Amino acid sequence: MTAGQLIEVDGLEKVFSVRRKAGRLRRVRHEVRAVDGITFQVPRGEMVGYIGPNGAGKSTTIKMLTGILVPSGGRLRIAGIDPARERTRLARRIGVVFGQRTTLWWDLPLKDSYELVRRMYRVPDAVYRTNLDRCTELLDLGPLLDVPVRQLSLGQRMRGDIAAALLHDPEVLYLDEPTIGLDVVSKAKVRSFLREVNAERGTTVLLTTHDLTDIEQLCRRVMVIDHGRLVYDGSLDGLRAAGEGERTLVVDLERELPPIQDVPGARVVKVEGPRQWLAFPAAQSAAPLVTAVAERYPLVDLSLREPEIEGVIARLYRPSAALGSPPTLSADPP
Amino acid sequence: MWYTAVAAGSFRRYATYRIATAAGVFTNTVFGFVIAYTYLALWAERPHLGGYDRAQALTFVWTAQALLAASALLFGGGLDELQTRIRSGDIAVDLYRPADLQLWWLAADLGRAGFQLIGRGVAPMAVGALFFPLDLPADPATWLLFLLSVALGVVVSFALRYLVSLASFWLLDGAGLALIAGLACMFFSGMVLPLRAFPGSLGEVAQLLPWAAILQVPTDVLIGARSGASLLRGLAFQAAWGVALLALGRLVQAAATRKVVVQGG
Amino acid sequence: MASEAVPERSGRAAEVAHGLRAYGLIVRMWIRSTLAYRTSFVLMALGNFAASALDFVAIVLMFSQIDALGGFTLPEVAFLYGTATLSLGLADLLLGSMDRLGSRVRDGTLDTLLLRPVPVFAQVAADRFALRRLGRIGQALLVLGWSVTRLDVDWTAGRVLLAVVTALSGAAIFAAVFTAGAAFQFWAQDAAEVQNSFTYGGTTMLQYPPTVFAKDLVRGVTFLVPLAFVNWLPALRLMGRPDPLGLPGWADFLGPAVAALMCAGAGLAWRHGLRAYRSTGS
Repeated sequence: MTAGQLIEVDGLEKVFSVRRKAGRLRRVRHEVRAVDGITFQVPRGEMVGYIGPNGAGKSTTIKMLTGILVPSGGRLRIAGIDPARERTRLARRIGVVFGQRTTLWWDLPLKDSYELVRRMYRVPDAVYRTNLDRCTELLDLGPLLDVPVRQLSLGQRMRGDIAAALLHDPEVLYLDEPTIGLDVVSKAKVRSFLREVNAERGTTVLLTTHDLTDIEQLCRRVMVIDHGRLVYDGSLDGLRAAGEGERTLVVDLERELPPIQDVPGARVVKVEGPRQWLAFPAAQSAAPLVTAVAERYPLVDLSLREPEIEGVIARLYRPSAALGSPPTLSADPP
Repeated sequence: MWYTAVAAGSFRRYATYRIATAAGVFTNTVFGFVIAYTYLALWAERPHLGGYDRAQALTFVWTAQALLAASALLFGGGLDELQTRIRSGDIAVDLYRPADLQLWWLAADLGRAGFQLIGRGVAPMAVGALFFPLDLPADPATWLLFLLSVALGVVVSFALRYLVSLASFWLLDGAGLALIAGLACMFFSGMVLPLRAFPGSLGEVAQLLPWAAILQVPTDVLIGARSGASLLRGLAFQAAWGVALLALGRLVQAAATRKVVVQGG
Repeated sequence: MASEAVPERSGRAAEVAHGLRAYGLIVRMWIRSTLAYRTSFVLMALGNFAASALDFVAIVLMFSQIDALGGFTLPEVAFLYGTATLSLGLADLLLGSMDRLGSRVRDGTLDTLLLRPVPVFAQVAADRFALRRLGRIGQALLVLGWSVTRLDVDWTAGRVLLAVVTALSGAAIFAAVFTAGAAFQFWAQDAAEVQNSFTYGGTTMLQYPPTVFAKDLVRGVTFLVPLAFVNWLPALRLMGRPDPLGLPGWADFLGPAVAALMCAGAGLAWRHGLRAYRSTGS
């Protein structure tokens, strides 16, 4: 056991046996390896992004880490606890937020849900007060505490859910799509709160998301899972580089013009009327590119697109990927 | 024609709930056994109660179980989805569609009933016929008339449920009304006891109410308690209630539409 | 900050106490949620009363045409009706929403229950706790009270005790059926209706005298799914009636033992089901 590692995962596996239709009545059993031998460690206090396409094994991993699902193989310890065997003991030490599934009580004022958490988790009064006050302050929950949850907006509810997951002082916080469906302001609020909590209390955070901005703003380290295997574990920049990531500059010109040429380091990938798409390496700064275009072309508007994570992962998995063979491209944490 | 597509889609949708269908058949069959024996005891004391003989009484029991799901005798039948749409406000979208709301839901309900008549009806009836001396008609014409009568009964059942659902436009919580409407349906359809076996004027009044069109009339057609002129009267009775309640539904729907338009959805 | 201020207790008794406490906490939340809609609550309680009464109305209608059913008078049938309905009502009140387990598995909300530091069973049992279900209990007590005034029974302390124990052990038997039915849904998520056969269907059967039913059916609910111990056997003894299977006299007092056995079996089924869920996740 490595000292300081809060989450220890070694060769974790989950195999489902599913029955599939074969002909009108026959069903054939076959095995699906949803998680296929994953190994990683997360030290106390780190914020890690955990990403991958739908069906890659993300939520199966989270379910094993939280004790919902029992692994088929491998070793798993959270703060020294085996989640499969000591689910309720683990539950006191972790906090979980599922973005699309509220645990708050629909018809009751928000604070009633917190009161239930206090009693169910047997949170000592002083601890509860401190945590509730801090969450209320940082998440602007003050005016919402007496409002029935059904009257809260999605963003308000999400903030309420995150606070509920932190009242019992969890050592690890699992967040599944915490910003899904939120407006820009709410997203920013949630992110700054998570940074604050992490800095203040040293809460370890594991975050799954489709929004790369979440990862960019919160995590120095990112893990990518695909087809049940960890295909990347390292920094976000490293991921972009590993995936030969390209960013895209979308420019709106005054009128329809032939494809932009003579701009070094960029190539036009698409033209649609006066709008053109220019791809350039993710590592390169966009500023000189913008200047170059603006100097030579009648520019009306422009926007910058980050590489889509799906695209990055697809490139990672392409056999001809520049950086050697998958599944493990870089195992060094930043 | 769009409504046949809606009906077919609804039929197929219910057909996918295989386990639920099997569970329902099991429950209908268990209740069939229990109630059949209580009727046997009742008819042992009063051999010609309500003009039925023993076999007819038993057939009534198993027909009620066979029609329970199809004719929505407990008042479910998928219209709770309509209530949900009304409460969430999504109904505004439906009201602006070219397809008429009432016809759309009627088509969907007929598709559902069609599946449940087969999926939930045939098996309990077969089990009943296997274990009890039922009085089932031999000639196909009676069966066809029975099916026609069942269809009319489903329309009446739908029209009533549609009215109850539309009440959600005005009521904050429609559950209470739905519960009362369901109880009325159970009691006055003959589900609890054949209406003909009700004492005195209660039975006479009950046989004039719309719920009688849902179970009592179709079953009477099947067991031969209605034939000739009486049969025609029964079908006309069903059709009249069907038309009247559907028309009432249209009036309420128009009022609801005005309400939605005034409130801006 | 301290996260383990409360020392962990261990052992079976502690776990049960822990579960009961959690059950109480969640029940209180549901009651408060219900009271947010007071009118609706009153309506639903009345509806629950009326829905339960409908079965008795059927019996009264039957007796408007006859004097005895299967050799039993109306007060005697009412006594059977009252005891069966009371037991079902109690079980329904305590864990009547367990049949929603299948839909919780389907929509994934069962997972959120597994994340809390209290037994899943306590959470599922307390789910959607509804005080409106007192309507059925009230209706059963009314019918039972009426029948007791009409029955020719000398209510000695022993007989009263037997009646009370019967109601409670009957409730425990139905609770076991609710639990086993929910456990079954870990495998068959859409099969919620199957348990209605045993709870509501079983109650309907127990509301009538056993003489009405075929011997094989009575044997089935005595030895196979032992619902006969909910009320039939003890009630027949109280009313001084022989039981149609001619079981030895002491069988009339087996209710609590049968209830304990069924609860143990249902508990095993539940544990097994939950374990299966945690290994397959569906």
